[in-house]
Amino acid sequence: MTPKRKRLWLLLGSLAVLGVAAALVLNALNDNLVFFYSPSQVTEKHIAPERRFRLGGLVEAGTVQKNGQEVRFTVTDTHKTVQVVYRGLLPDLFREGQGVVAEGSLGADGVFVAREVLAKHDENYMPPEVAKAIKEAGQWREKK
Amino acid sequence: MIPELGHFALVLALAVALIQGTLPLIGAARGDGRLMELGRTAALTQAFLVILAFGALTQAFVTSDFSVANVVANSHSAKPLLYKISGVWGNHEGSMLLWALILALFGAAVAVFGVNLPDSLRSRVLAIQALIGVGFLAFILFTSNPFERVTPAPPDGNGLNPLLQDPGLAFHPPLLYLGYVGFSVTYAFAIAALLEGRVDAAWARWVRPWTLAAWCFLTLGIALGSWWAYYILGWGGFWFWDPVENASLMPWLAGTALLHSAIVVEKRDALKSWTVLLAILAFSLSLLGTFLVRSGVLTSVHAFAQDPARGLYILGFLLAVTGGGLALYAWRAPTLQPGGMFQPISREGALILNNLLLCTLAATVLLGTLYPLFLDLLTGNKVSVGPPFFNATFVPISLALFAALCVGPFLGWKRAELWPALAQLRIAFVISVIAALVAGYAADGRATLAAVAFGFGVWLIAGSVAELASRLRLGRAPWIETMRRLRSTPRASIGMTISHAALGFVVLGAVTTAAWHLESIRTMKPGETIAFAGYQVTLQRVDSVQGPNYVAERATLAVTRGGKPFTVLQPERRLFLVQRRQVAETVGDYDLSYVTTADYDYMLRALALHDFRVRYLPRVFVDFQVGGISTRGLGVTIRGNLECLRSRREHLNAPPIDPAFFLRFARRIFQLRA
Repeated sequence: MTPKRKRLWLLLGSLAVLGVAAALVLNALNDNLVFFYSPSQVTEKHIAPERRFRLGGLVEAGTVQKNGQEVRFTVTDTHKTVQVVYRGLLPDLFREGQGVVAEGSLGADGVFVAREVLAKHDENYMPPEVAKAIKEAGQWREKK
Repeated sequence: MIPELGHFALVLALAVALIQGTLPLIGAARGDGRLMELGRTAALTQAFLVILAFGALTQAFVTSDFSVANVVANSHSAKPLLYKISGVWGNHEGSMLLWALILALFGAAVAVFGVNLPDSLRSRVLAIQALIGVGFLAFILFTSNPFERVTPAPPDGNGLNPLLQDPGLAFHPPLLYLGYVGFSVTYAFAIAALLEGRVDAAWARWVRPWTLAAWCFLTLGIALGSWWAYYILGWGGFWFWDPVENASLMPWLAGTALLHSAIVVEKRDALKSWTVLLAILAFSLSLLGTFLVRSGVLTSVHAFAQDPARGLYILGFLLAVTGGGLALYAWRAPTLQPGGMFQPISREGALILNNLLLCTLAATVLLGTLYPLFLDLLTGNKVSVGPPFFNATFVPISLALFAALCVGPFLGWKRAELWPALAQLRIAFVISVIAALVAGYAADGRATLAAVAFGFGVWLIAGSVAELASRLRLGRAPWIETMRRLRSTPRASIGMTISHAALGFVVLGAVTTAAWHLESIRTMKPGETIAFAGYQVTLQRVDSVQGPNYVAERATLAVTRGGKPFTVLQPERRLFLVQRRQVAETVGDYDLSYVTTADYDYMLRALALHDFRVRYLPRVFVDFQVGGISTRGLGVTIRGNLECLRSRREHLNAPPIDPAFFLRFARRIFQLRA
């Protein structure tokens, strides 16, 4: 086999691998992108039930109700609110009035069923999406 | 006084690095021996000065000098000594200083151990190392000075983030950095080779031990991090495809590819310019990892240090290192002499396939990690790319890699036949198919993909063993002959067998945790017993315990199995007094965590990894689970490669890096937990 043929084969092989990878990636991106919405966007957009997305905002003070393993609370961006129900252990840093990001989907009754409530390393840390959502609702106070 | 000395030492180190980064380069270009010799002296001086600076910061932390702003922000007088020391790098400024320290130490190591390198190559390597050092030292001095004072000094500090107060995490960053920074040496070697216009087998023999060392540290660092995530965060898994985790995975994948392609350069003098390119990419990806972690551009559970200005600096630095390296590569790589010829079906061909697949994996991770960033910039949409994306892309490509992995070692250099190689693997193939079928049957037909992946894990182990067995002529020659062959087998081959088999164990662990874990959340009162996965768990009592800087509630859970006592677990919930923060401490090898609910009940979350119906299987999987197999499997990998590293050193007849030292070190870390 001449060096030229060899190089051709190598090129074809690489292209085949990359092609398969690209197909996998595009396909996966199509199905698995999880969008982030604030409560205002949720009320505007009429998201289909069962479509998975992330909801971010502040846990509204006085709305956390625990009933056995089921927790209900309201997430707000100070403009609109969304009710959330979650079965499971909440992360250590979950507090009323603090920022929260929950991943799940809307139920038929409009209540957001969280499959995951995300934990954060730092209690002063505000997820950038949450900060942005609150800013957009026009209620942002710069801290510090 | 001492902090000022540290600051001053750092300024001097920057000056020395500037000299080291310029004069030896000029010397190498002109063939001036004295200017080239300067590189070694400067490297040692720079290392000494940075050690001094790091020592000064450590002193401030250990003595709780609260006139230093960094100590106030990250330490507290009541903290145990271990965490006072780990607090030095548990913050942005200190961790950058640690990075500079490791960089300077690696530079000094090249100066000391590189005695028999050609003068011009060594001085160029040292100069490139120094230029990287200039970037980091200037970054520390101008944007994140760890020695800044506060007046008046507060009486006490804010303490370290309680989640970081853990032996696993105390050593996670230094090991990770040793890996990241280790790739700076291979980068420097690559750039120096491009400047010299020569890449040959001797060059590869020098690059491989450094790559291997960096790779081992990176592996150990990642393993420690995933172990920490497994037991302290109580996330019940060990990999979450979080951007910051991906940031360490990308250089690991590129480094693994580099490790393999360097073999081809060394043995066959081929793939030279590709190997140089990989060396540039591996370090660029390490820097990208630092950039992602330090700038906070990506939403991540790890993003606790955010500063856009610093991010911008690192981004500029990243562009200089990557762009400069690639530009030099584009200019000089065509001048490299092409090397040995080979057929597509050969050891070289197999290693090219390995490199292709590993690089595709790295590209996939890069895309998934950066896609949200680009989409946000372009459209303003906030998205996250989570585990489903990576499962759909990473898993199929890795399976292809695993399938080919066992065949490669059976192929000869230059030209080989595929069928004889496959024929030698037929027993391994049958074993793994049986394993997949048993796993599928035991898991009740659920999770077919997991059963297939399980078969691949067994295939990796069986295939590696088959390779060793054929090398030793096991079963086909008398025992004495086999033993003789075992003794004369190069350690590098044994290292290969062990790491490939260890990858199989990692796959088994990943599959078992991902597909067959059983989770249950119950509310319990003291005295109550629940049944879970064949175990009876009784919450016996809950006590208050006093720790050095926390108070804790400790639950005592008695676990019985089939009426016989199995174990007693004592998970704790610690309230750190300085930060008023609660941290759940899960116990050892078992992932059990609990929280107190308002009405004095206790909520228990238990995880088991064996939802198998077949009676004789659970035992095996309990053993897999309790060790946190990801950690255990990777541990074996590292040991294998240290063996490999040692044989390299002996081969080069250079001063040995004693692997026993690293092993002792690793053992100590693991004992701290036990």
